[in-house]
Amino acid sequence: MKVESIVEHITIKIDGEDVQVPKGINVIEAVKMAGKGKVVPHYCYHPKLSIAGNCRMCMVEMGMPMRDRATGEAILEEDGSPKIGWMPKPTIGCATDVAPGMHIRTDSEMVKESRNGVTEFLLINHPLDCPICDQAGECRLQEFSAEHGRGYSRFIEDKNVKPKRTRLGPRVMLDDERCILCSRCVRFTQEVADEDVLGFVDRGTYSTLTCYPGKELAHNYSLNTVDICPVGALTSTDFRFKMRVWFLKRTPSICTESSVGANTEIWSREGKIYRITPRRNDAVNDTWMTDSGRALYKAVESDDRLTHYTIEGVHKTSDEVAAAAVEMLKAGDAVVVGSVHSSLEEQFYYGMIAQRCSAKPMLVSHYGEGDGLLLSEDRSPNLRGALVTGLIDALPTADLEPLARSVEAGSVKTIFAVNEDLTELGLSKELLAKVQVIYVGTHANATSEVANLVIPSLMVFEKDGTFINQNFLVQRFKAAVPGPRGIQPDFTVLEKICAPLAQEKPAPVTIDAVWERMAATFDILPEDARWRTLPEAGLALDGTAFQELQFVETKNLKYDPAKAEVPQAEPAGV
Amino acid sequence: MELLNTSLPYLLPIVYAVAMISVFMGLCAYSVLAERKVSGWIQGRVGPNRTRLPLLGHIPILGNLMTGLGLFQPAADGLKFLFKEEITPGHVRKSYYYLAPIVALAPALTTMVVVPFGRYVDADGVMQPLVLANVDLGMLIVLAISSLGVYGIVLAGWASNSKYPFLGGIRASAQMISFELSMGLALLPVFMWAAAPGSEYGMSLFGVVQSQQSAWLGLWQPLSALIFLVALFAETNRLPFDMAESETDLVGGFHTEYGAFKFGLFFVAEYAHIIIGSAVFVLLFAGGWNFLPWLADPWGDGLIGALLSVGWFMAKVFFMIFFFIWMRWTLPRFRYDQVMSLGWKILLPVAVGNLVLNTFIIAIYDTLTR
Amino acid sequence: MAKTKVLERKPLTFAEKTFLPQIAGGLKTTFATMLQKKVTLQYPEERPNIPDNYRGVPTLVRDPNGREKCVSCQLCEFVCPPKAIRITPGEIDPEAEPDRAHVEKAPKEFDINMLRCIYCGLCQEVCPEEAIYLQDVFSLSGYSREEMINNKEKLYELGGTLPDSHYKWDKKKAAEVAGNSH
Repeated sequence: MKVESIVEHITIKIDGEDVQVPKGINVIEAVKMAGKGKVVPHYCYHPKLSIAGNCRMCMVEMGMPMRDRATGEAILEEDGSPKIGWMPKPTIGCATDVAPGMHIRTDSEMVKESRNGVTEFLLINHPLDCPICDQAGECRLQEFSAEHGRGYSRFIEDKNVKPKRTRLGPRVMLDDERCILCSRCVRFTQEVADEDVLGFVDRGTYSTLTCYPGKELAHNYSLNTVDICPVGALTSTDFRFKMRVWFLKRTPSICTESSVGANTEIWSREGKIYRITPRRNDAVNDTWMTDSGRALYKAVESDDRLTHYTIEGVHKTSDEVAAAAVEMLKAGDAVVVGSVHSSLEEQFYYGMIAQRCSAKPMLVSHYGEGDGLLLSEDRSPNLRGALVTGLIDALPTADLEPLARSVEAGSVKTIFAVNEDLTELGLSKELLAKVQVIYVGTHANATSEVANLVIPSLMVFEKDGTFINQNFLVQRFKAAVPGPRGIQPDFTVLEKICAPLAQEKPAPVTIDAVWERMAATFDILPEDARWRTLPEAGLALDGTAFQELQFVETKNLKYDPAKAEVPQAEPAGV
Repeated sequence: MELLNTSLPYLLPIVYAVAMISVFMGLCAYSVLAERKVSGWIQGRVGPNRTRLPLLGHIPILGNLMTGLGLFQPAADGLKFLFKEEITPGHVRKSYYYLAPIVALAPALTTMVVVPFGRYVDADGVMQPLVLANVDLGMLIVLAISSLGVYGIVLAGWASNSKYPFLGGIRASAQMISFELSMGLALLPVFMWAAAPGSEYGMSLFGVVQSQQSAWLGLWQPLSALIFLVALFAETNRLPFDMAESETDLVGGFHTEYGAFKFGLFFVAEYAHIIIGSAVFVLLFAGGWNFLPWLADPWGDGLIGALLSVGWFMAKVFFMIFFFIWMRWTLPRFRYDQVMSLGWKILLPVAVGNLVLNTFIIAIYDTLTR
Repeated sequence: MAKTKVLERKPLTFAEKTFLPQIAGGLKTTFATMLQKKVTLQYPEERPNIPDNYRGVPTLVRDPNGREKCVSCQLCEFVCPPKAIRITPGEIDPEAEPDRAHVEKAPKEFDINMLRCIYCGLCQEVCPEEAIYLQDVFSLSGYSREEMINNKEKLYELGGTLPDSHYKWDKKKAAEVAGNSH
């Protein structure tokens, strides 16, 4: 990370071993950085939130080399090593920043005892809800109780009773009994979401998390509180009681909601997606994402998915449809209406197809209102990709008036439309009847109904690919679930259309083969860049070539138009 | 009436033969049941006790009793063999394959002709055997024809065109030849005694029985009886000598490739051999229908007497069949080389010695009693 | 190490060499067995005595008040080695069952594929609610694969009611009604 390279490193001793850590971080991060599987357990600390220090789980022993008060010289042990002045009581790791020469003990008797004690107190009023609790399996309290707890209860009194099944907002449910009062959610709503709705009322064991009167947790980031809740107090209404997390397979993916390109994780089981959560990427979305982005997976199982390759409404094989498309495109006077939702690889193919049949590629913009955080004004994941692949050289337009006029005038014979409903962009069905329409898309719409050829394509959850976000960061996503039966990856079908246009034989393509061709074609991509070896954190491209374009994004969490497109993260591994 | 009178001499033997075959086949079927029942009992089980015929099986008490004894089981077994799918493996030699079960069963049924199963007193007051054909060479016919049975097995083993049946067939033929020798030698003293020079019976089995009115030959010549019994087990391919089937090493031996009714025929043939063998043993060594040693014939002259003699004879035969089964669960199967060495190295010399010994004994006896 | 003692094998007597006494002895043994009491169980009429803790067909049980015990925590589904168990979790409708609303969760569907089940009993062992038991049903059959999948209804029918020593959820309800108890 660039930040690291600037910051100076200091040496501290963790459990008797010298460790180099950047200056200014706290003990929890330092221990994590020291590696060797060492962790300081914690509940309330969150790297992206302010320090509260109220869970007391991250207790460590801390000491500094002793110095003579008068002379300032180091006091030595008899064997010559510096004498360490250990603090008499443990200290919390989250609120203790590292200092040169600091000594930390993470597994001394005192530390173990204090963790054990904290765990026992936390468990006093915690209900035995694990069998019905959605957090089970990813619950910090469960993990740390197993690791640091005593394994049985000495508490013979009755447990505290607090409200259960409280509705905090449209998407979040609260079970107060399970709450361990870490205040992460409170801090998140204050500091990140900037909408102060949560707080604690009452004191002592009566302390209860609640919304301010007359308010509810309804903003577009409310589900992040569920993510950061270390226990099962906050649960997602959508995911509630749907599936235990240990059954779910996690696949790294990219949110397609806007040009922010939030890193996500798709949680699926046996081809069914159950939820989407954010994946930490400090250059893109920290650890957050929007609620609206989490609901996008529901389109996967919608009834209007396109599931068959068709010619004039008749089911055909992909080869037959591709051959028919080639015939239409060869006839000339074709227009390619690409999509800002397509992956980089697909846009590369659309560009090639347009070039080979001398068609003019067009794109349609999808703009909306940004919230200055993780929802940008450009509601498409890959506008920068279209620029990089040369599909367009100017920003896309909002509709297709010029195309409509051309169709009216009869100078267009074939429209190759990708994922755009042309009828909503100025081309009525009557106009479309005048031309041949090849439609590539995931869901049925008015255009797919009138299209002569329909090529169903896969959704982002079902295919491998890459998007380029607002900061010209190339981000990779992987297929989490299989697509509808019989649907091939888009670039496989596009190869069958693209190759015959140049009198080539279609070759079986892999995503890395596409990348090999892309890296050779575009200077902006590194020569040796391959999909499989793209860094997890994204590959930063130099976007200065597109600097004069007037992008619609305004300042948000990781984007500042004033600073132009300077990516904040160096490509890792370079 | 005239027609009936003239045709009667021809018709009657046919009726008798059909009747005999029916009874004999019935015996075979119930021998199978006996085998299953006794096997079950010896293993602490109850054996077949479920099959129930619609009407007979529902007679109060008696129906349950018959069902419990498995008396309807043979019908079920027979029907099963009849209605199973007839499978002919593709690799067999068809004509021989189909011929083999017939060749196996026919000799077993034929020997029955000369086996007397009782006696009656005819109008002249002379005791006559109850037998289909009372020939002087009775025993010789039994030996001659029953040894044809091995051809069925060899044919089955060869026609199946597969290795286990082939091995089974080879074993069966070698075993038959080996033990026939001792069997024949064990029989000689019997007939030396029974058919002494000047007696009217020759090698007829009736004569042998008649000669046992005082002492049974089994008591007289225990060694002959033992050798004959062992050879009989070997000849009928029963455990401990069932080398031809030997399911532990040869799957099913000669009938591995047979199923359904063809297998059923082999099955019946085996039990036919057992019944005939038991009958012959009873005739030769256990006094036939004679009541007890030195208490020959308390049966009386009339029809009742004839039936009683048949009943007593059959009782002895049934005991022998039981003995066959009993032996099966007592002794383990021999190894093949043990069977061969028993036949050639032990039984044959002992049989020769037995012949010489009895020759001397009979000579001395005759000299003394003359 | 114990010393190895070599036992001289005595030469066989003449009687032993003929095997005849031994065969007679064997015949005696088998005949004696024949007269003993039969051990056969006349199965469909007579039923075997099923011991306690027998691992028969896995079933779902109800508590003595006839209420569903399973809360669909899916631990059995997770632990099941042959993956025979398939649960679709669901929420208890508070309006339909107000006395169980506090349990919140119950299986919507609960399928055990008896073609896969290996009767290991891990599901019973892992169940935190003591809701799944391998009971004494040992004989099951069906004409199709579908028939061999026991659904929730069938599982409860097979399982019946078992005594409960905890009444965990009743206690929880009582605490809720009593309010803050300190």
